[in-house]
Amino acid sequence: MVSTQSVTVTPSSLSYTDLQWIIQHREDRCTLCGKCTAICPKGAIHLTYRRQRVPRVDVLSKKRGSDYKTFVGIRQRTKMANACIGCSMCSMVCPNEAITPVPNSNENRSVFFNNQKGEPNKRGGRRNVEGPTLLDRIMFDRISMLTDPALDAGRHEFNVTTTLGRVLSPEDFLDRTINGGWIPPTREIFPFVIGSMSFGALSPNMWLGMLQGVAYCNEVLGIPVVMCTGEGGCPPWVLRSPYLKYIILQIASGYFGWDEIIRAIPEMQCMPAAIEIKYGQGAKPGDGGLLMWYKVSKLIARLRGVPEAVDLPSPPVHQTLYSIEESVMKMVQTLSTAFEHKVPVYPKISASTSAKSVLNNLVRNPYAAGLMIDGIDGGTGAAYNVSMDATGHPVASCVRECYLDLAAQGKQNEIPIFAAGGIGKNGNVAQNGMALVMLGASGVHIGKYIMQAVGGCLGNEKNRCNVCNTGICPKGITSQSPKLYRRLDPDKVAERVADVYMSINTEVKKIMAPLGRSQCLPVGMSDALGIADKAAAERLQIKYVC
Amino acid sequence: MCRLALKTANEPFSPYEVIQAMEAMQEGYDGSGLGLLLRGMEFEDFKYNPRFPILSGIAHSKKAEQRMDEFMDERGYELKYDHRFTMRPELIEAKDRYRYFLRAYRMPVEFKDKPQEERERELLLTRLALRKLGEDNNNDLTVFSFYPDVAMIKEVGWPLEIGNALSLWDGQIKSRVCMAQGRQNTNYGINLYACHPFFIEGIATMTNGENTAFVPIKDWLLGKNIPGYIGYQSDSEVFAHILHYTLKQLKLPLEAYKHIITPLSSKELEKHPQGEFLKGLRNVCRRLVIDGPNAVIGTLPDETCMLVMDQKKLRPATVGGRDGAWAIASEICGVDALVPDRDPSLDFQPMREHTVIIPPHRKELTIWSQHNQLPLPQAA
Ligand code: SF4
Ligand code: SF4
Repeated sequence: MVSTQSVTVTPSSLSYTDLQWIIQHREDRCTLCGKCTAICPKGAIHLTYRRQRVPRVDVLSKKRGSDYKTFVGIRQRTKMANACIGCSMCSMVCPNEAITPVPNSNENRSVFFNNQKGEPNKRGGRRNVEGPTLLDRIMFDRISMLTDPALDAGRHEFNVTTTLGRVLSPEDFLDRTINGGWIPPTREIFPFVIGSMSFGALSPNMWLGMLQGVAYCNEVLGIPVVMCTGEGGCPPWVLRSPYLKYIILQIASGYFGWDEIIRAIPEMQCMPAAIEIKYGQGAKPGDGGLLMWYKVSKLIARLRGVPEAVDLPSPPVHQTLYSIEESVMKMVQTLSTAFEHKVPVYPKISASTSAKSVLNNLVRNPYAAGLMIDGIDGGTGAAYNVSMDATGHPVASCVRECYLDLAAQGKQNEIPIFAAGGIGKNGNVAQNGMALVMLGASGVHIGKYIMQAVGGCLGNEKNRCNVCNTGICPKGITSQSPKLYRRLDPDKVAERVADVYMSINTEVKKIMAPLGRSQCLPVGMSDALGIADKAAAERLQIKYVC
Repeated sequence: MCRLALKTANEPFSPYEVIQAMEAMQEGYDGSGLGLLLRGMEFEDFKYNPRFPILSGIAHSKKAEQRMDEFMDERGYELKYDHRFTMRPELIEAKDRYRYFLRAYRMPVEFKDKPQEERERELLLTRLALRKLGEDNNNDLTVFSFYPDVAMIKEVGWPLEIGNALSLWDGQIKSRVCMAQGRQNTNYGINLYACHPFFIEGIATMTNGENTAFVPIKDWLLGKNIPGYIGYQSDSEVFAHILHYTLKQLKLPLEAYKHIITPLSSKELEKHPQGEFLKGLRNVCRRLVIDGPNAVIGTLPDETCMLVMDQKKLRPATVGGRDGAWAIASEICGVDALVPDRDPSLDFQPMREHTVIIPPHRKELTIWSQHNQLPLPQAA
């Protein structure tokens, strides 16, 4: 018997049944090739010696006893720093199907230890709430049948584009055309935008692959997809390339990367698609961006004009100005001027009860080109878990309220509203996006869905993976270490971008055709929506159906 | 799917002619209603001065009629002519039609020298006030139009029956333009106001089909707070209001209507002489794009008539005629019945880029294509 004292059991000692993911390893299949332990980004498993009892039975004598032999096996580490994240890279590389993580169905005590060294849990991903979202539950129930024949999604001509940029009232437009006034710039884009994911958050291969894919969609498939850079600038060669027209440049409160952008303006071959000024993000409202030091590589440091390997938190607000109204007004105007009033400039805010006041502010700002509203289910590269899970506002009601507010003024879509946050969370990207469009959004931004679809991101709402912040992304999507990101082939990513957009395009038509719409994206066509939830129907002012 | 017919001729003719033509297309409606608009009026027993606005509608009770009289008096209108229909009420389904009225008024003296726009606004506001008066009193008064030289009749039932019920065959009323719709009741309830044609400040349209983009367009028009942009019991009412908006608010030529409701694609606009301007126009008027399927037939105060299709062109319509008389109808048999002495080989069925315009001189058709130059000297 060993004395209790000699066993190191501390308050934070865990057994692996306390962890969120448990490794199941089959010794009988394992050939000890070591692939799983080599690939594990968390060091959650390791090869180690184990002792096995070999009973010694001597039939002729009465003696019984035990011999022991040592062998090599795989063991799961139980330190929080090495807790398995369920990414299942181990099972992906195992040649013998000998290993796999399983979600722990037992109580998961490790949540109580997610704050070691006084640091609350930070992670990437998005809100850990499973099950169908409100958007998933919306149905398109206005089906053309008798008087208006339903259209054929495969054969009819569809116009699946939306306007990005300030839309004047027809009266204003004619007045300015005749009298030579300024007509705000607009772009015809595909309504599903690749949302802001910065060049620092994503690995160069992921970013490059997406850019290639976007260019292919525009130039070969004729689907005018645009993507947003997020804060952190844009590689200098892209700024000087014709691909810039597919890119929305983001400026956030850290202004990271903007030196490069400003310097590149005289050499730009074309204008960017738009400028997004980030005031808030749905995943972590009230927080600025955060690029943790692990990911600030030499390249990123150069691009952002900062030292290597330091944390890069952006302030929660734009520090140079002291009121949001003033800030929005000045920044929108300044940036519009910097790009000779040829580029739409719009703010991005997190969905909240104050979205409507921001919107009404924009209506009176002649340079504001739109409003991007990001809801609580939005994704992020790094944030405090508590912000992601508990802070924010769902996007659907926020967008709807804003749209109805504009409609009451006869100004709907003059300031196009873009929505983000949880679109495609359960894979229903076209359905979720179109539900928002019919609630009043001119288009949607999708980030996490794109990462999952084109990069093969492993994250989910059961807190699988979600280590995007630490630079150990097992797929090489969000890591800045070449060792990891060379796992991701940019050409394959580009191919997936094209796949994804071709299929969204088809699905959107499959939604529009039965409604009898083909010429115009059904923005605000709320008569086509129904939901089997009385309270939601009332709140969104759509039909209650059950 | 409803059936539409329009005839425009130099010689005034009886609306009964058009109703008979509707019979030719009788498979197309279910007898849930008839709407008639007459323009270029002639009365057998009255020498009509085309400056006098005509009020048309239904008083559902004697009290309602009295209330209307009082209201018009107070507002300063002088009754010049009160047309009496020879009624056969037994042919009408509804039992609460006390009186159909078509009355010509002289405008209040203060409008004598007022510009056209102000006069029109006054007539519109008067019509709206009367409509409101009816609505406030249990819908006992229905007002269809109030405008010089225009009369409207709408009723629930089979078109020919309604024509007989009001003795429209008797040659008492004639007009140079007459449009009619035989209604196929579909999505919305049977309501007198929901019956085509729709009318606002002299502009009238009727439509065959269903406008799937109705709700967003309606929301936008309502938000504009322009007097008269109300009602919308029918998804087709927005067509009349968009035409009104194009001509009266934006002051664009008739041809621009097509560019607003069914804009060309970016590719097509790249080749268009006014591509830049039209792209801008499409952008700012995108909320008015109709998604059909629709054939829209309309008339303007100067007796111009027109026909356009939605982009998908899923609704039929034909135009045919000769110098002096033209017809537009959902089916060729309708045109045949209206202008039998024409050369049918010259009949025209517009494609999705066309606007067919029958100018007031009625000599020949204008077939205007969206790819042509838009007559817009000041802007483009
Ligand atoms: S699932 Fe991922 S984190 Fe867990 S052991 Fe396997 S490779 Fe490591
Ligand atoms: S696979 Fe990469 S991007 Fe996806 S959740 Fe894991 S770390 Fe984040």
